[in-house]
Amino acid sequence: MPGADKEMDLSERIESFLSELKRSGSGTGSLRGSAETARETTALLRKITAQARWGNAGELMEIIRKEGRRMTAAQPSETTVGNMVRRVLKIIREEYARSRGSSEETDQQESLHKLLTSGGSSEDNFRQHFPHLKANVIEAINELLTELEGTTDNISMQALEHIHSNEVIMTIGRSRTVEAFLKDAARKRKFHVIVAECAPFCQGHEMATSLCKEDIETTVIPDAAIFAVMSRVNKVIIGTQTVLANGGLRAVNGTHTLALAAKHHSTPLIVCAPMFKLSPQFPNEEDTFHKFVSPHEVLPFTEGEILSKVNAHCPVFDYVPPELITLFISNIGGNAPSYIYRLMSELYHPEDHEL
Amino acid sequence: MADSVGRQVDSINHATEEDEKKQEIIRAKGEGKELTKEEKQRLRKEKKQHKKNKKDDRGPPEKEKEKASVPAPSKPATQSPAHKAAPVPVNASASESPVAAEKPAKSKAELRADRRARQDSERASKPGKKEVGQQSTSSKPKATPSELQPVKRLPEHVQVDDPAALKKLAKKLERQQVPLRSDYGYKVSLFSHLHQYSRKNPPTQQISIPVTAIHPSIVRLGLQYSQGIIAGSNARSVALLHAFKQVIQDYSTPPNEELSRDLVNKLSPYISFLSQCRPLSASMGNAIKYIKKEISNIPNQCKEEEAKRRLQECIDSYINEKIILASQAISKYAIEKISDGDVILVYGCSSLVNHILCEAFEKQRKFRVIVVDSRPRLEGREALRRLVKKGIRCTYVLISALSYILPEVSKVFLGAHALLANGYVMSRVGTSQIALVAKAYNVPVLVCCETYKFCERVQTDSFVSNELDDPDDLIVTRNGKTHLENWQTVKSLGLLNLVYDVTPPDFVDLVITDLGMIPCTSVPVVLRVKNVDQ
Repeated sequence: MPGADKEMDLSERIESFLSELKRSGSGTGSLRGSAETARETTALLRKITAQARWGNAGELMEIIRKEGRRMTAAQPSETTVGNMVRRVLKIIREEYARSRGSSEETDQQESLHKLLTSGGSSEDNFRQHFPHLKANVIEAINELLTELEGTTDNISMQALEHIHSNEVIMTIGRSRTVEAFLKDAARKRKFHVIVAECAPFCQGHEMATSLCKEDIETTVIPDAAIFAVMSRVNKVIIGTQTVLANGGLRAVNGTHTLALAAKHHSTPLIVCAPMFKLSPQFPNEEDTFHKFVSPHEVLPFTEGEILSKVNAHCPVFDYVPPELITLFISNIGGNAPSYIYRLMSELYHPEDHEL
Repeated sequence: MADSVGRQVDSINHATEEDEKKQEIIRAKGEGKELTKEEKQRLRKEKKQHKKNKKDDRGPPEKEKEKASVPAPSKPATQSPAHKAAPVPVNASASESPVAAEKPAKSKAELRADRRARQDSERASKPGKKEVGQQSTSSKPKATPSELQPVKRLPEHVQVDDPAALKKLAKKLERQQVPLRSDYGYKVSLFSHLHQYSRKNPPTQQISIPVTAIHPSIVRLGLQYSQGIIAGSNARSVALLHAFKQVIQDYSTPPNEELSRDLVNKLSPYISFLSQCRPLSASMGNAIKYIKKEISNIPNQCKEEEAKRRLQECIDSYINEKIILASQAISKYAIEKISDGDVILVYGCSSLVNHILCEAFEKQRKFRVIVVDSRPRLEGREALRRLVKKGIRCTYVLISALSYILPEVSKVFLGAHALLANGYVMSRVGTSQIALVAKAYNVPVLVCCETYKFCERVQTDSFVSNELDDPDDLIVTRNGKTHLENWQTVKSLGLLNLVYDVTPPDFVDLVITDLGMIPCTSVPVVLRVKNVDQ
């Protein structure tokens, strides 16, 4: 039967997506960029909206929430998955509200006044059925997809506003956003880039070779030399894995040291991050914040005699507090870290912070 | 110094002490000193001969002018000695005796004798001026130190971008029959004033066999330095001193020469060779200064065997006092700072810090160690092996995981390569980073350093004087892919492999030395005390 086929097809798609997420986190599979993950997640959610069985907005939100929980459980460090789920939930709420005719704004603000005066719960349990809801939601998700396609370009377009000629820019590891940012600026300006290689994965090497192809003067330095060369650096531009709700970062390890060195020399630290990386998490949960990979990257098995007697750690991420960051550049423009919490309220509904 | 009119014998000695002090100050700046000292002595001698031949009775004021002009060649402008050396030998050779031209480096004893003779003759001819001369010369010793301070010559190894300095070095090395090592690879523009050598071309390959100019133990030492087999400032200094012991053992004074003079000359090409293999460290510089002083202080009437025995004893006692006993003293102080339950962070492989930790473990202190390591040298693994062999509980991370591991740490122990006179700590690259992040987390940072590594240089950043290691070390193969393999072919790509960096004194809480526990800013006080002792 066609319906059952579609359902099986859908669940297959979801399973394969989950297994890919699980594998990509270990660092051995193909490392996918966050943009790709975001796009695939959104495409998958669109498919769920189109093919799953649901009657009203509430049921759809339940389905999406359930799938979203499964996806985030598969790879908790990949926060873009959860972010996209929350975006879609917000889209559904908006479309529902628009179909009902009420304005979207009123539902958002959880002011004390509202709590006291309205008294009851947020009345709509999303139970009403609207025939065009599905089409509207899918259209809105398509818009979201187009937005995702254009994020890197939007960020790169702002490059010339921030890089002047003959600058020395420092970066760490490999970020596709920063790469595009620098390459765009290099078309019109001449500057130098210093890349910290970011052991043990040494992604800085890839970044350097890719920048050199555009004739950008690049220097690769080991992580230990970050503070030593920082005095000659004019700006630090980095990418990040996640932007946290307080304006802090969860970035590749070594970024905190870089940020501290930049602060010491009063060098501005600019973070290029598209909006889909903004996550409503706070850095409170110590045990879930860090992610570790196999310590053989740090101490290989060839050091056999001492391996058994030694603890070796290989954390992947670093927390950078918002005080060390000067500017966020995202596809909607530049923002100070203190403004991030407002941006969050535009992207996600407060009830969706916990999936 | 050239000027000596009206001085008495003790002020002549004082002058030679000043002379030596000045030499030491200059030598303490680093490498390639022989050129400076020889050049200086030759210049001085030639100028003296020149003026002696012109007129025998000159007044003190003219002698002062002469003295003021002699510091001029030693001013930081390196071109001037080259220029002065060129015309002065031309005049001097015309008027000098051929003997003087053959001995380019006159010993202090001979200069002293010269001055004494001249002074005696002039004293006989000018009894009245003696008082005036004395007063003016007694004020001069005060003037000379302050005149001396700005007169430091730049070491050769930070003048790679100056073609005149390079030519001078090449000529000097040719004269000493030491091979010149050529730079390798594209140098980052910020460091074009430093050398960058490749480990694959050691200078020992360019020496012809059999080696006549350089002692074989020195050749071996140079190879060990350039390949990184001997690394770490204590290890390098001890190896150097042992090699010199061997050289002294095999040395035989040629006829009509004095051991005190000739041996010093013999050592100069060795030192040039070693600095071609790898730039000398501050500790090695101080050790060489000490040896040269000891050699020059050998009295002339001492028999050769006796002199050699005495020198061997001096070297042994230097190693014993400055390195072995010093490390025991430092351990004693440092162990007071280690309490039970401590989590101690160390960086790289410092022989002194490892020694402290092993001693503390033997004294039954309960602590665990976190070893931080960095690419490309990965020296931390060696420290890890030593500590694990002792039975100390260790954790191992790379320096990029520092922010993760620091909240657990209670103290940071760092070793030093040298302590500079403005309180900055020069150490392995990455040390300043550790101190920075430790300060951000309010973890105390303790630096352990013997006093023989204290150095008169001052430096505020890691660029002006550093060492560039082989850039190919940064290349790594992961998952079968080597991204930087052909970095030489890519025009705009540079690899930077720094060896040292300087840590500002506000990041360091305490320096533990064999003289006690001092703050970073007390380094010039210790240096002054040491100089007065010597």
